[in-house]
Amino acid sequence: MAVSARRRRTGIAAWGFALPFTVLFAVFMLVPVASSLYMAFTDMRGRDLRSPWAVNFVGFDNFAEALADPKFQQAAGNTLYFVGVAMPLTLAIALLLAVLLNSGLAWFRSVFRVGFYAPVVTSIVAVAVVWRFLLQPDFGLVNSALGVVGIDGPRWLTDEVWAMPSLIVMATWRNVGYSMVILLAGLQGIPRDVYEASAIDGAGPVRQFWSVTVPLLRPTLLFCAVITGIGYLQFFEEPFVMTQGGPLGATNSVAYEIFNQFGFGNYGLSAAMSYILFVAIVILSYLQFRLLRTEK
Amino acid sequence: MATATRSRPLAPRALLLNVALLVGLVASVGPLVWMVVSSVKPEGEIRQFPPTLIPDEVTWSNYTELFAQLSFPRYFLNSVVVALAVTVGSVLFSAMVGYALAKLDFPGKRTLFALVMGTLMVPGMVTFVPLFVLVANLDLINTYAALILPFLAAPFGVFLMRQFMLDVPDELLDAARVDGAGEFRTFFRIVLPQARPALATLGILTFLGSWNNFLWPLVAVQSADKYTLPVALALYSTGQNTVQYGLLVAGATVIVLPILVVFLVLQRHIVQGISTTGLK
Repeated sequence: MAVSARRRRTGIAAWGFALPFTVLFAVFMLVPVASSLYMAFTDMRGRDLRSPWAVNFVGFDNFAEALADPKFQQAAGNTLYFVGVAMPLTLAIALLLAVLLNSGLAWFRSVFRVGFYAPVVTSIVAVAVVWRFLLQPDFGLVNSALGVVGIDGPRWLTDEVWAMPSLIVMATWRNVGYSMVILLAGLQGIPRDVYEASAIDGAGPVRQFWSVTVPLLRPTLLFCAVITGIGYLQFFEEPFVMTQGGPLGATNSVAYEIFNQFGFGNYGLSAAMSYILFVAIVILSYLQFRLLRTEK
Repeated sequence: MATATRSRPLAPRALLLNVALLVGLVASVGPLVWMVVSSVKPEGEIRQFPPTLIPDEVTWSNYTELFAQLSFPRYFLNSVVVALAVTVGSVLFSAMVGYALAKLDFPGKRTLFALVMGTLMVPGMVTFVPLFVLVANLDLINTYAALILPFLAAPFGVFLMRQFMLDVPDELLDAARVDGAGEFRTFFRIVLPQARPALATLGILTFLGSWNNFLWPLVAVQSADKYTLPVALALYSTGQNTVQYGLLVAGATVIVLPILVVFLVLQRHIVQGISTTGLK
């Protein structure tokens, strides 16, 4: 009797702790998640904002429309291009920096670590503005530096070929530090004697990197790849600030297209596109788990 | 003696490695230094080719224009208010529910935890359209509430706090209860002080996330008096001030520099927090 009364009392207290979060979570997370699925199958538009229930179900029409839309196809291709280049590039540079920092030969380890991590804490909007200035073709720092060595730099952000690589370099610059810090922590978890043993077996530093470091770091690499990939699949601020998706849609991303369709008032279509992006995120995470899983 | 002879053949390798790291450091920090340097150049010098690495003339005119003519004090205040409210609220609520999930029994606990875990990976890109419809129907568009409330329910914070609370020793809680402390007293006097490192880590990450947040403030606010700094800068930079680079990099500096200073002060904490939680 006393036990059950006590349990009920702690149950009430526990709900007291859980309640503020739970109410907000239900309203601002569960309701939107559920209603985005609902909206994706309706023809909801901006004028239905105040009467979200007075709309028609259209089945998979929004999904079909999105997938058949050349602009969306281009945005999807651009997004794959961005993720496909920026993610491996980010991980490779992060791993290189982490290995260099962990080698015991670096002189000012903490200075380097802080410096490499600094871009991660910056606002993407702010640094996108700064990069637009750096890449300005006539007086920007990049083309000025190229001019010193006699190279006539392209008009980076208004050139169909160079616009996307420009965004990729900027995103890599901003995100390398995050993976580097995590990989560094992973490297410090590899016992020294594993390296000593492989050195006795005659392995040089390059051989050690491929046959000791990379296999033992697999789970950490996987984690960084998933987190980086999920972020990159949603890239939005970079084209918004730097190119407005141009030139000729060359840097339009799926996220930017979702935002634009929302802006045009096509809420149903926009919600459907969001779900396509979400499915892509889930698939990418799954593929990475498969690819980077310890080899049997 | 032995180390000296051993390190000599290594010296060229060490030099090479440190040069490589230095090149990386310049690439990493260079754009941020360039941002600050350029923000104090007059507009004419900014368009000079080749650019001056050290300003010939230092001027605050970009900043005076931002703060005297373009309502940046207002945007700055909005960003501070929103980031502080989101940080305090979401850390407190996450700690409370994390404690309940880790240490207490209540009906619905497993369901709540499953829902939190299920939404951990749902990105803002997927929910912003229905969230906008919801917030519009609650008549909260253009309010601080719209900018704050959705971020008080942060699944990641709950996950982090629950993980941490699991490690708080039960004996400590039992001792407090034996002494007659109620559940709330136990939480505020015993549990929260124990959780200080986790609270600090989550607090810093939440503040950063809110300060740099862009998509939702862009959507939820249409009147300029509620703009946060990133929204204001993005709209200026794509609108009437597209080519006023002096003004724009000064605006970028206003957003980035306070965060960089805080980061330098707390860097040990932040970097350790990132590598132990493994999430941003």
